[in-house]
Amino acid sequence: MTTKNGNAAPVKRVENKRPGLFFDLLRRLVLEKPLGTFGLGLIIIFFTMGIFSKFIMPFSWSQIHLLERLQGPSGRYFLGTDELGRDEMSRLIYGARISMEIGIGATFLNTVVSILIGASSGFLGGKTDMIVQRFVDVWMSIPGFVILLTVMTILPRSLLMMILVLGITGGIGGARLVRSAVIAIKSNTYISASDAIGCSPVRILLVHIIPNIMPTLIIMFTLGIGGNILAEAGLSFLGFGLPPGVPSWGVLINSSQAYLQTDPQLALWPGLALSLAVFGMNMFGDSIRDLLDPRLRGGVGRYALSDKKLKELKENLAGKAAAGK
Amino acid sequence: MGAYAIRRLLWIPVTVILTTMIVFLLVRFIPGNVVDIIESQMAANGGGTIDRAAIMKLLGLNVPVYVQYGRWVSDIVVHGSFGTSLRSSQPITPMILQRIPLTFELGLMALIIGLLISIPIGVYSAIRQDTITDYILRSLSIILISVPSFWLGTMIVLYPSIWWHWAPPMEFIPFFKNPIGNLGMMIIPALVLGSQQSGSTMRMTRTMMLETLRQDYIRTAWAKGLSERVVVIRHAMKNALIPVVTMVGGGIPSLVGGSVIIEYIFNLPGMGRLMVDALDGRDYPIISAINLIMATIVIANNLFIDLTYGWLDPRIHYQ
Repeated sequence: MTTKNGNAAPVKRVENKRPGLFFDLLRRLVLEKPLGTFGLGLIIIFFTMGIFSKFIMPFSWSQIHLLERLQGPSGRYFLGTDELGRDEMSRLIYGARISMEIGIGATFLNTVVSILIGASSGFLGGKTDMIVQRFVDVWMSIPGFVILLTVMTILPRSLLMMILVLGITGGIGGARLVRSAVIAIKSNTYISASDAIGCSPVRILLVHIIPNIMPTLIIMFTLGIGGNILAEAGLSFLGFGLPPGVPSWGVLINSSQAYLQTDPQLALWPGLALSLAVFGMNMFGDSIRDLLDPRLRGGVGRYALSDKKLKELKENLAGKAAAGK
Repeated sequence: MGAYAIRRLLWIPVTVILTTMIVFLLVRFIPGNVVDIIESQMAANGGGTIDRAAIMKLLGLNVPVYVQYGRWVSDIVVHGSFGTSLRSSQPITPMILQRIPLTFELGLMALIIGLLISIPIGVYSAIRQDTITDYILRSLSIILISVPSFWLGTMIVLYPSIWWHWAPPMEFIPFFKNPIGNLGMMIIPALVLGSQQSGSTMRMTRTMMLETLRQDYIRTAWAKGLSERVVVIRHAMKNALIPVVTMVGGGIPSLVGGSVIIEYIFNLPGMGRLMVDALDGRDYPIISAINLIMATIVIANNLFIDLTYGWLDPRIHYQ
């Protein structure tokens, strides 16, 4: 290799051979966390239902069959029909789509709002940080569900509004977590180094801090989806969430209230679907947290490794010893 | 600690003032005002046009927002009055005072039930990490978080009545008239509310136990030849449960929020039920009053936790 100064060592770009955070996480999830993998499976089922709802639904969710009102399960209607003769199964499948939209939309907005407030306040520090934190403290002291109820009585009820309200009100609380993660990263030498070579604060924040608080953000995101889906259902159940025409699971439970004594299954199915979807989300989020939280790694003493892993380790060692001889 | 406590107390007025502002503005600054809503309701019910100026004046909305806020706060501070209901024109303060004990009782029972369920299960799950028992118990804790309380409550009221013609007692019995009857009536709502709370406490207990069990002093305890019971209960649990106390305290807001739904389903005349009725009727003075009271409860609770935390965990030094 000949360059202008011949004695310079050839510059070679070192390829990053490590798999990305995402694939590494997925591999470890499947290998180490059977419960989390089960949760992921449930999530995939519900997402597939949501995305392909148009092709899976036996009927349109809004198609009315007035002559076949409030029927029980049958070959034609797997889960029966509601008070207007609409196919319950189709409505449940479409409900998965709405829950998915709300869960992902609102939680994404949560994360963005949390980063905007938390990262800037943690990064800037000083007076700004103190004032912002007071405000966040106060906001956190009003129960979240009560804030949601209050705000939703006044605002027009629609899917987009629901996502905006859940996203913004919930994001303010999450700012605290992001802030403490940012403060922990900020004191690292590489941040001072990038400051010293003249990186702008925005660049430091985007290129050096945000990627390093990714674990916190991923945990927040995965655990937030279930909470947002539940919040929407609770609001809709009380009649302050989505408008009655939209077949979200919360709305379905709400509109079944008048027919409970005669047709309890109208409240049973949407609740089961809701519980199962949120269960999958939480199960997955919980395992992801276990995998990403550095405080839970390693350790000493009897509880450091599970019996299964200890056994594997011993067998491994024994195998190596045998091979050595 | 003393200096920290004083500084912490000095912040309280600031926090309270900010809270009153947020609670006040939450209702007033969101697009669409009360008069518009009354007008549209009148129109929907076939009523004629209304005199907007007269209604604005009647509700005290004809002056700038800061004057409204000043009046609202000074009424609360000086007269202990939250104003009157828009619907019934009754004073709000006695209405709320009458309903606080029930919400408090429900919350307290739920808290106790939640702890009784979660702590033993959380600890056991941690000391048997990654075994079948642990998987089952953890799944249980996540089920408890995932099943919505409003649906669980509905199912508990509904299915026994269909299958066995039995329904949990829905008639409200005041505590001082018949304490046993009252507790019997409250136990099911409290169980539903408490079990939902217990899920997250269970997870936190497990995480904290796992972290504590990896400490050097636990290894020392094992090395001394202590039995598992002594190591877990005397050495690990004592330290692991300190953050759990904060966590339980931090769960108070969701307990208060959850009581709104539980009181609605089980038809309990508490503050949450009043809240839903007020929301239905768009009765904003009541909504603001309840928001403020709930926030005050949470602020007092947070103060209490912060102050006891240093006492519980001597390792913590406040500057």
